Amino acid sequence: MTEEDSSAKMSEDVEKYLNLNPPCSSSSSSSSAATFTNKSRNFKSSPPPCPDHVLENVLENVLQFLTSRCDRNAVSLVCRSWYRVEAQTRLEVFIGNCYSLSPARLIHRFKRVRSLVLKGKPRFADFNLMPPNWGAQFSPWVAATAKAYPWLEKVHLKRMFVTDDDLALLAESFPGFKELTLVCCEGFGTSGIAIVANKCRQLKVLDLMESEVTDDELDWISCFPEGETHLESLSFDCIESPINFKALEELVVRSPFLKKLRTNRFVSLEELHRLMVRAPQLTSLGTGSFSPDNVPQGEQQPDYAAAFRACKSIVCLSGFREFRPEYLLAISSVCANLTSLNFSYANISPHMLKPIISNCHNIRVFWALDSIRDEGLQAVAATCKELRELRIFPFDPREDSEGPVSGVGLQAISEGCRKLESILYFCQNMTNGAVTAMSENCPQLTVFRLCIMGRHRPDHVTGKPMDDGFGAIVKNCKKLTRLAVSGLLTDEAFSYIGEYGKLIRTLSVAFAGNSDKALRYVLEGCPKLQKLEIRDSPFGDVGLRSGMHRYSNMRFVWLSSCLISRGGCRGVSHALPNVVVEVFGADGDDDEDTVTGDYVETLYLYRSLDGPRKDAPKFVTIL
Amino acid sequence: MEKVGVYDELDNLKATELRLGLPGTEETVSCGKSNKRALPNNTEKEIESTGKTETASPPKAQIVGWPPVRSYRKNNIQTKKNESEGQGNYVKVSMDGAPYLRKIDLTMYKQYPELMKSLENMFKFSVGEYFEREGYKGSDFVPTYEDKDGDWMLVGDVPWEMFVSSCKRLRIMKGSEVKGLGCGV
Repeated sequence: MTEEDSSAKMSEDVEKYLNLNPPCSSSSSSSSAATFTNKSRNFKSSPPPCPDHVLENVLENVLQFLTSRCDRNAVSLVCRSWYRVEAQTRLEVFIGNCYSLSPARLIHRFKRVRSLVLKGKPRFADFNLMPPNWGAQFSPWVAATAKAYPWLEKVHLKRMFVTDDDLALLAESFPGFKELTLVCCEGFGTSGIAIVANKCRQLKVLDLMESEVTDDELDWISCFPEGETHLESLSFDCIESPINFKALEELVVRSPFLKKLRTNRFVSLEELHRLMVRAPQLTSLGTGSFSPDNVPQGEQQPDYAAAFRACKSIVCLSGFREFRPEYLLAISSVCANLTSLNFSYANISPHMLKPIISNCHNIRVFWALDSIRDEGLQAVAATCKELRELRIFPFDPREDSEGPVSGVGLQAISEGCRKLESILYFCQNMTNGAVTAMSENCPQLTVFRLCIMGRHRPDHVTGKPMDDGFGAIVKNCKKLTRLAVSGLLTDEAFSYIGEYGKLIRTLSVAFAGNSDKALRYVLEGCPKLQKLEIRDSPFGDVGLRSGMHRYSNMRFVWLSSCLISRGGCRGVSHALPNVVVEVFGADGDDDEDTVTGDYVETLYLYRSLDGPRKDAPKFVTIL
Repeated sequence: MEKVGVYDELDNLKATELRLGLPGTEETVSCGKSNKRALPNNTEKEIESTGKTETASPPKAQIVGWPPVRSYRKNNIQTKKNESEGQGNYVKVSMDGAPYLRKIDLTMYKQYPELMKSLENMFKFSVGEYFEREGYKGSDFVPTYEDKDGDWMLVGDVPWEMFVSSCKRLRIMKGSEVKGLGCGV
């Protein structure tokens, strides 16, 4: 229905409603039906719409403007009528935990879904803390939606297990399918991708991010159909196998709407050059290896700087998987326009970084390795005044590696980048002073994730625990919604979190705290807490029990290598029937010498509308 | 930057599994193949198994999933890719007297000295010097491995590539068990 049609219909309905009900009558809805019947004998028009229908129609028109799922959730709670209308008009459904409800419930409630966002495994699964084949299969979801929503256009999955068959069913079932995004997924290969490429003729977005894609030795790029495509975004930087470059080049040429292209490391610098020349309209470029195939001979090498100059619209750069430093300066001309720069797979030194970053005045998002050192961070702080998000990953992710970044870099960033909202920082050593400085200089912080890689490491200058630093963060950063803590932390740090962290939704804890009190502080103090992931901390059943009043309102709680017992977990599951309590060992063996008796290696609990899942593998016990 | 070697967290969870194990209880006696050193038939005393909550100070070998960097990222940082792609060849390593079994990926090493150094770091011991005829001298510890045929061999006897392809598990033997190997103690 177009807007005009619907408002015309709306006013028609309203008119009829007003004509049939004399203004002085204050009849209730039940008696007014009788009134209508009597009076309608004198009218030529069709039977008048019941007021409920009119209201629903009005509501439908209003609700179509509501896109935020929080608003829609609130609307659906007003009354049954509003619930119904909201369910009819919700176009995008977000499911934060695929096990919180069944596919059947989804299709029963929402009838016109065009876009589905599904998240599966909890985040700690990324760090090998969850055995393989735990679950989060896409299959039941694609099967259900294939029948219920043939008009489905968009699927966005995170940490789900997706098979080639699932992708085939998706490609066959949704003729208007437009966007597929798979983040941290696994279970499929290039054959599944090929089917999507081939059959989804309306495809605009095919984004594979940090997913494991098996190499089925298939030329999937050639599977895109002939003729002009609708492609706007194609990201395959996580596909660890060579591609048919000629086919890619031809694809780019016939994709006039292509704005985002993220190639994998099998695309050389020469090949990248050819792509850029054919697609100067690109806004986001994943540069692949950024290394030439052949050692250049004098003037014969392509003019990379010119190619970058020609791409005047580039605002986002990533890739650099095998970069050669001598070519880095080719990107200089786009630096002033860049809003996002991802160097996090490139071993870039401060010396290499400085000439680039000194032109990046508009950067908002910067990801890099700690190879840039404190010196590089100082250079970022000096120039990038618009920085909103910073991520520094470790080049050498071990506990006892060298620490090229420290509190010095953190403090510099805090002083230079006052608009910072989100930070992820891996380091070996940190001080309370630097963390406190950041809390004071960057009041806009919503995400603070600090990973001091040495477990239980104190402030390396004072030798004290890191309690005060994190305490300052929760106290001063009043918008904080996500926090990850590390280093030597006592229960006191958690008392601060409970006292001040009133907006925190996600909390990650590892090797921290002294006792159950810490867990209690958090569970009693943080009313907005949705996702709690804890590992290797001395929290037991008492701490677990202290959260009983919260678990039904949380997305999940993960506790691994703590001190909880089976009995304690069972207690939770008995007390909270709408919470599913899973326990399992870290490695999925059925061996006798792993988890025995009362000790619980991993507890994963989450609320669910449809009870325990039926697809749990043998190594998972649902209490 | 140096190769990380055994400390890599790779996709295979079992790579860095910490488990309680009773080292060497299942070994078989080797029959006399000429190029193998025979190990004595072991009637090993049961080593007291220690509880999981034992407070042995943890060696600085890597903890599973820590630091929290995704495998994909770890494996794809430049210079790490220069090594051969491959599934990895994981073998269990036990040491007499140590409460935990470890697992290492043999493909992370290029030669024996690297492997030995890594084992020494992992279990905090030293192997002494290797001699072709006499085995290891100068230490109570002797690295042995079980090959595809089920025979227990001295680490170092065969060329590296052959070792990598035939090694099923490693055991660092100690003290009296070592005598049958013809090693100087």
